[in-house]
Amino acid sequence: MVRSQTLQNKEQPLLTLRGITRAFPGVVANDHIDLDIYAGEIHALLGENGAGKSVLMKILYGFYHADSGEILINGMPVSIQSPHDARNLHIGMVFQNHNMIPVLSVWENIALFLPDLKFVVDAKNVERRIIEISDRYNLKVNPSKLISQISIGEQQKVEILKLLLSDARVLILDEPTHVLAPHEVEAFFKVLDSLRKDGYAIILITHKMKDVLECADRISVLRGGRLAGTMLREEATEDKLINLMFEKVVPGLIVGTEETRKEAPEPFLELQEISTDTRGMGRGLKDVSLKIYPGEIVGIAGVSGNGQKELCDVILGIEPSSKGKKLLAGKDLTNRSIGIMRKNKVAFIPENALSMATIPYLTVLKNMVLTKTRRYSRHGGFSMDWQAARADIENAEKRLGFSVPLNVIAKTLSGGNLQRMIILRELESNPQLIIAAYFTRGLDVQSTIAARQALVQAREKRAAILLVSEDLDELFTVSDRLAVLFDGKIVGEFKPKDTNMYEIGHLMTGSGVHTDAEN
Amino acid sequence: MSILSILGVLSSALFSGTSLLYATLGEIVSERSGIINLGLEGTLLISASTGFAVTYLSGNPYLGMLVSMIVGGLTNMIMGYLVIHRQANQLASGLALMFFGFGLSAMIGKSFVGAKIEGLPRFTVPGLSHLPKLYSSLFSFDMLIYLSIPTAIFIWWLLFRTRWGLGLRATGENADTAFASGRNPKLIRYQALFVSGLLAGIGAAHLSIAYTMTWAEYMTAGRGFIAIALVIFSRWHPLKAIAGSLIFSGAVAFQLLLQSSGVQISPLLLDTIPYIITLLVLIAWGGTRKQSTPASLGRVYSGRE
Repeated sequence: MVRSQTLQNKEQPLLTLRGITRAFPGVVANDHIDLDIYAGEIHALLGENGAGKSVLMKILYGFYHADSGEILINGMPVSIQSPHDARNLHIGMVFQNHNMIPVLSVWENIALFLPDLKFVVDAKNVERRIIEISDRYNLKVNPSKLISQISIGEQQKVEILKLLLSDARVLILDEPTHVLAPHEVEAFFKVLDSLRKDGYAIILITHKMKDVLECADRISVLRGGRLAGTMLREEATEDKLINLMFEKVVPGLIVGTEETRKEAPEPFLELQEISTDTRGMGRGLKDVSLKIYPGEIVGIAGVSGNGQKELCDVILGIEPSSKGKKLLAGKDLTNRSIGIMRKNKVAFIPENALSMATIPYLTVLKNMVLTKTRRYSRHGGFSMDWQAARADIENAEKRLGFSVPLNVIAKTLSGGNLQRMIILRELESNPQLIIAAYFTRGLDVQSTIAARQALVQAREKRAAILLVSEDLDELFTVSDRLAVLFDGKIVGEFKPKDTNMYEIGHLMTGSGVHTDAEN
Repeated sequence: MSILSILGVLSSALFSGTSLLYATLGEIVSERSGIINLGLEGTLLISASTGFAVTYLSGNPYLGMLVSMIVGGLTNMIMGYLVIHRQANQLASGLALMFFGFGLSAMIGKSFVGAKIEGLPRFTVPGLSHLPKLYSSLFSFDMLIYLSIPTAIFIWWLLFRTRWGLGLRATGENADTAFASGRNPKLIRYQALFVSGLLAGIGAAHLSIAYTMTWAEYMTAGRGFIAIALVIFSRWHPLKAIAGSLIFSGAVAFQLLLQSSGVQISPLLLDTIPYIITLLVLIAWGGTRKQSTPASLGRVYSGRE
């Protein structure tokens, strides 16, 4: 009796989804999806943008309602009408865009999610519990700091702590590695591993093949709202997964540099010993000198927060430099406004498309025209030539090989589509200098390839390109030259073929600065 | 200027500042939950008129005060229905509520203009009763004045030390997060508006039942809007609201003193002193980085899809 029961417990999934279906106007986001989740496993949900991963998990967490289908826990059907119900059933979720409250402290954000919080909040007690759990799983944070004062990596830890302290047994993590620096990802997987050993069921929503193969026990692939297949990690390979993810065959992941560029006589952009003031939590630049020639891609490697944002902002004219000179095509444009830089055909693809490059409640078309209103204005600015704008966008779509819907509100686009929109907008008018920061972050495999191809295309047209990235694979495949940024300084400059990831990695973390940086 | 006149300024600052403080505390609670209630002026007027009418009819100022509070809470429920349930624009709804309050309070109070009531009793500050009558009468306050600072501390405690307050502040910052934590942002906002209305009701009761002990049309004279400005002044913090309302009402009392002492400045100009001080404070505050405006103040929460 006892034996059969334990056996059954082993075989019975902790959580079962049966025939989950949910349609949104114009699209079936989830089409009869079945899924089993066991205790003590890391289950990856893989799929490209818009495959329905997030929607499925938001249904499980009570954020959306399913049109049909049922959810069972330990074999018993349950009804999840709201996050409140989900949390009572020990299901917790970390959203892709962390939605913690920046002006509240770490402990307050966690206390918000504690099921047994007393009416009179005992801050000391909450802090003690946070420290207890954070010691056990090596998730060190300072509970009394404000969320706005801690890094994104630490915020991720707070999110996990929040779930653990709220007694969740099923942890749904939506693109958790998306915001993390490479070295943080590794530590994060270690945490997940120890959680699995303690019997938590972890659902990892991701589109990063590497993550999946590194840490998942089982992998379910969604495609176009349907379950394309589930397999054990041992039997999964990159090819198999890609075949499940995409109906059509994907061209090679890599966009190679075909030949070494001929260096133009004069750089398009030249920074001469630029420094900026250190402000708040940012890192000031220190004597940064950099040349970018027409027709080359200069990659900036570095752990984020080492001056990347400041570098982009100084070049764009968003932030003033305290020292040094900025020359654009030989002209001194030090500390000139971003308007002047834009007029000189500088394009910018920022790291966060939604907050830094979009007006969320305007349509995509209007967002696309935003940076070149002058070009389409007619009758002295009293009307806009939308026809011409559409025609230009369609041309660009053909050239770059991807398209976006033009008449929807920008905010409703998925992260990947939004990024495509920005790439289209910025590359459409043949810019001469492109500043691209983390521009494939959050994109699925196919969009990543398309985006990189767009960049390579722009290079063929003799644009000078600055590519800031944390993805060393990307930097090595696309860049003509690589510079490493550490603590606001450029600590090394290489041709990709003259160096390796190991060396760059050391420079990025500041451990190898003194060795063979001169090359 | 004699000691007596300075004490007089302080005393009348306390009297006129008390209704302001309660109203400000109420607005802080609703704004912390994400609702800016421009209808506060209307709520104050409706509460003040009904409170006064009930006191006159029943002869019981405590009953009048209680009714004033409840009416304040209920009036705010109109605001709640508009902006939470019907998801109407908060600014427009607030202004509509204000004008509604003008009309309704004028109608309620019409037959009580000039009526005399027995207001809330006053007690001399303990230990000062041996002073000459002229002085001790300056330090004779009603219970609402004595309770104002404890109330501010209580509201602070409620917002920053209780589970309810944490949920309320979370709702004002990001209603989606509050929802994700298992709370009902709409319910929390209704609660906040109700508490806000209760406090506005106390402020209104102080004005008509304890301080002036009369009813006159539009007797609040912009107090609702000054309270809204004081919320910004005090950075949405109940304890700073104490200082804010005292400084403002002190300035009012001070300019009255100047006028009565025959200073050769146009009284119209003197009238503006409190507002100039308010402007100066807003200018000084405005430049600082440490903003504490609730992030989703004024935004409609439409719930899950």
